[in-house]
Amino acid sequence: MNTDRESILSRVRGALAPLPYRAALPDWEAELVVIRQARGMVDAWTLFAERLRGVNGIPLTAVADLVALLVENGWRHGYCDPALWPNLASAFPATITVETMFDRARVDDYQFGITRASLAIAETGTVVLTDTGTSRRLAALAPWVHVAVVTRDEMVIDVPQAVAALPDDPNIIWCTGPSKTADVEGILIEGVHGPGVQAVLLLD
Amino acid sequence: MATQPIDQFAKRLHPDTKAAVYDGSKQGHDKRTQVLFDHFPDPDRLRRIAGEIKQHVVENLDTYLPQVEARLQAHGVTVHWAATAEAANAAVLAIMRSRGATRMVKSKTMVSEETGLGPFLEKNGIECVETDLGEFIVQIDHDQPSHIVKPIIHKNRRQIAASFERHGLGAYDDDPQTITRRARQHLRGKYLAADVGLTGANFVSAESGRLVVVTNEGNSRFCLAAPACHIAMVGIEKILPRDRDLGLFLNLLARSGTGQQLTVYTEFISGPRSPGQPDGPEEMHVIFVDNGRTDVLASSCRDILRCIRCGACLNVCPVYRQASGHAYRSVYPGPVGAVLSPLLAGEDFATLADLPRASTLCGACHEVCPVDIPIPDLLLRLRDRAKQEGVPSPGTPPMGVWALLASRPAAWRAALFGGKLINHLPVTLVPVPALRSWAGNHALPEWRGGAFRTWLKDRRTK
Repeated sequence: MNTDRESILSRVRGALAPLPYRAALPDWEAELVVIRQARGMVDAWTLFAERLRGVNGIPLTAVADLVALLVENGWRHGYCDPALWPNLASAFPATITVETMFDRARVDDYQFGITRASLAIAETGTVVLTDTGTSRRLAALAPWVHVAVVTRDEMVIDVPQAVAALPDDPNIIWCTGPSKTADVEGILIEGVHGPGVQAVLLLD
Repeated sequence: MATQPIDQFAKRLHPDTKAAVYDGSKQGHDKRTQVLFDHFPDPDRLRRIAGEIKQHVVENLDTYLPQVEARLQAHGVTVHWAATAEAANAAVLAIMRSRGATRMVKSKTMVSEETGLGPFLEKNGIECVETDLGEFIVQIDHDQPSHIVKPIIHKNRRQIAASFERHGLGAYDDDPQTITRRARQHLRGKYLAADVGLTGANFVSAESGRLVVVTNEGNSRFCLAAPACHIAMVGIEKILPRDRDLGLFLNLLARSGTGQQLTVYTEFISGPRSPGQPDGPEEMHVIFVDNGRTDVLASSCRDILRCIRCGACLNVCPVYRQASGHAYRSVYPGPVGAVLSPLLAGEDFATLADLPRASTLCGACHEVCPVDIPIPDLLLRLRDRAKQEGVPSPGTPPMGVWALLASRPAAWRAALFGGKLINHLPVTLVPVPALRSWAGNHALPEWRGGAFRTWLKDRRTK
């Protein structure tokens, strides 16, 4: 393996040695990659909600709306991050069972998973999950419905801002709408391996 | 006249397959164009900047590779290097054996297609399951992917439903929704039982050592949430200089590949799971793979190493649309494949030297490329190389007489003079009546060969 390292690096050096000069690294303005629909936007949540709907996600602004969504669709069993549950419990009826411990052996029992998002990107309708901020990777992934909880001060307008805000964390995931595929005849199907429903709850 | 191998393939292609490939690639191209121009005032400028950034990386890999290695190691990642496909596969197997691991779930990676990792592991008694829906179907069909981004663009739902039935995934049902649900259920069990999750990387930041992996289905997430060990196989050219460059490249990759603003899941990985996290890998390995890339770097076609594998050049290419991906007989089809595949073939260059010739040089691939690779120029360089190496080229029109004349000034002058005889051909005497009557009513334009040479001579003397 070590000999491969040396041989690759020496071949790279050998290949580049004859170049009379090396291409310079250009700089570029972040503004260039901000979509025109987002330029000059002030209210991040309004833009976020619109873009999230555009990728078939569901923006929610009240716990009661979340409960209504779950009841309406018959999603009666799920998981909630234990740190979030005290803020939500009072709005949940007894007909919905919520566990705060996720059992990997019963992964298909959970119809929904409620976890924290660390940030939301308005122009793309994206929620950002971090490893340190997410109570269980599997709970945000395996259930049919994922509910990401964000607060108003955890929002940025565009992708360059979100890149600049990448924390020191081993696993950061940007989620933009539900899991999907178009592998079969180009037909859009949601919920391949990840959630078929991506909801985002704004908590103030 | 003999035809090129790619033409022969296109002729044999089933009409259903041809229709599927045409529709799929056209849809991809149309969405790309629409979303790029809807969102950005000057998408061409983005392509040019991205091209300059990647060219910079390619020409400074000697600096960036050790830098990336150090960043990864600082995050607790074990870094391996593999000069060849065999070395890369052996490295994966060695890691698995060291953990007593027998089951792998695999997210889509093009470099593992190059090395033939799946079949290699199966031969060594390791279960290796493709988890991308398209790649999974390719695997159960013992087929080959035919597109970089849409591996089963050449299949229709009826063929897929029949494969699922054969593979014991339920009775025949060709509803795409049913197909997807069945794959979800089947593969879920595989993730949870797997010992190792393998991914590639779309980008690696030299600044932070973050690996970036994008998927729409969420299969890479599952590969990084269920198994306790993560292996990433990464081509040595995948580097970006700074984290901030990801903002540009993620925007371009999703739009160019699938016409999306962002791919559904973008995962930034810089090490094993954090201490408080119950799910995900406790151990992480990155294998940097050369497999012919340093040869490409040493060649006059090094620009192709900018490629970010978006598939936009396939979607727009008139040759790809007619011939489909298998006609390229290698891992990378389409315009990028016509350049990259013969180069990566190493000593077998001649077996794929026909690919650069299967092009009209229309330039559409260059126009859509998110990193502005001048593919038509590279095709010409490879045609030249094939010529220099004396590779036979069946299917090319005979140009011998022309070449003879064009390379000898005296012969050329004589031929121009001789051409004047055409003006005196007794065309009205042809022995075919129909032709004779046609010729009686039509005149050939007058042969005026040599006019340019006269003009040039006059001009020089003035």
